[in-house]
Amino acid sequence: MKIAEDLSRVEETEKGDDLPNIVINETYCKGCGICIDFCPTDVLEMRGNLVAVKNLEACTKCQLCDLRCPDFAIQVF
Amino acid sequence: METAATPKKTKKAKQTPFDYSKYIRGGKLPHIWCPGCGHGIVLKSLLRAIDTTGRSNNDFALVSGIGCSSRTPGYVDFNTLHTLHGRALAYATGLKMAKPNLKVIVTTGDGDALAIGGNHFIHTCRRNIDMVIMVYNNYIYGMTSGQFSPTTAQGMIATTSRYGNIESPFDVCKMAEASGATFVARGTAYHYGELEKILYEAIMHKGTAVIDIIDSCPTYYGRFNKFKTPSEMMEKIEKEGTIPLKQAAGLPPEKLQGKLIRGIIYKKERPEYTSEYAKLVEKAGGKSK
Repeated sequence: MKIAEDLSRVEETEKGDDLPNIVINETYCKGCGICIDFCPTDVLEMRGNLVAVKNLEACTKCQLCDLRCPDFAIQVF
Repeated sequence: METAATPKKTKKAKQTPFDYSKYIRGGKLPHIWCPGCGHGIVLKSLLRAIDTTGRSNNDFALVSGIGCSSRTPGYVDFNTLHTLHGRALAYATGLKMAKPNLKVIVTTGDGDALAIGGNHFIHTCRRNIDMVIMVYNNYIYGMTSGQFSPTTAQGMIATTSRYGNIESPFDVCKMAEASGATFVARGTAYHYGELEKILYEAIMHKGTAVIDIIDSCPTYYGRFNKFKTPSEMMEKIEKEGTIPLKQAAGLPPEKLQGKLIRGIIYKKERPEYTSEYAKLVEKAGGKSK
């Protein structure tokens, strides 16, 4: 339903079990850069007009990007 | 010991992302707000606060007027009402009178609530009718291309004040308190967790709850006033421009210059309008709802 339908178009960073999953919904992301600037471990970067994962190993799952994203576009779990 | 009544962050909850899909209307996202607009963060905090209450979607009604902030009800799966400019509170009062069991939440902007709807605002507060008034305060009329609003600070640039605004701004919290609101608080989009708790408390409060939410408009206010990025704007206006209530209590007035106090500023119990009205109906021999 709803968001889940749109999430089917999402590019998921599928890695090993111990690594966090960062899901970026590219249809929702507007590239404002809030998640990049507030990330304490510099995990994300701008690629073109959209946000992308640069360094997944550094992610501490603090979810600051998730909670401050105004566009419902990023999820960390 | 944890109780179900307070918003909590358990370790498990931190690991799983919050599922907003329960509260979002299908196919409505992405929303129309500009890149970096804080309204989305405020909406997310509201949805988390509503989730904490554990009530059904049908128990809530979101009412709005006109403006960027007033687009909020279009995206959420509650009872919603999108009304005339400035008249959101008038509609909300009528709705609450007709359906006293609904929890009415009004999402309104600084221009909508305080300029064209200023009179409705003070009289809603005076009546102490049970509703939550969320004032998305981004200091500007965003939808109509950046005219200054009643909360724009002195000296700031807007479309209609190219050499700096000369008017004194309203303090939303002081105005609400003086008008008779029984729950007055201030939060920011930057402090999303604190805002979530304030919104939860406001929803649980019986009476008029006014929340001044400091927000950012990077497209107009940010561009005119030389904030380079949305995040810089959030840090300068929302983080550095505000101070928590507890911290502010011990500081001399000169250190509070130019800073807004955030947190639950005022809370009081006073007879609520719809329950008083029900009593009146019974007294007159009618049947109350």
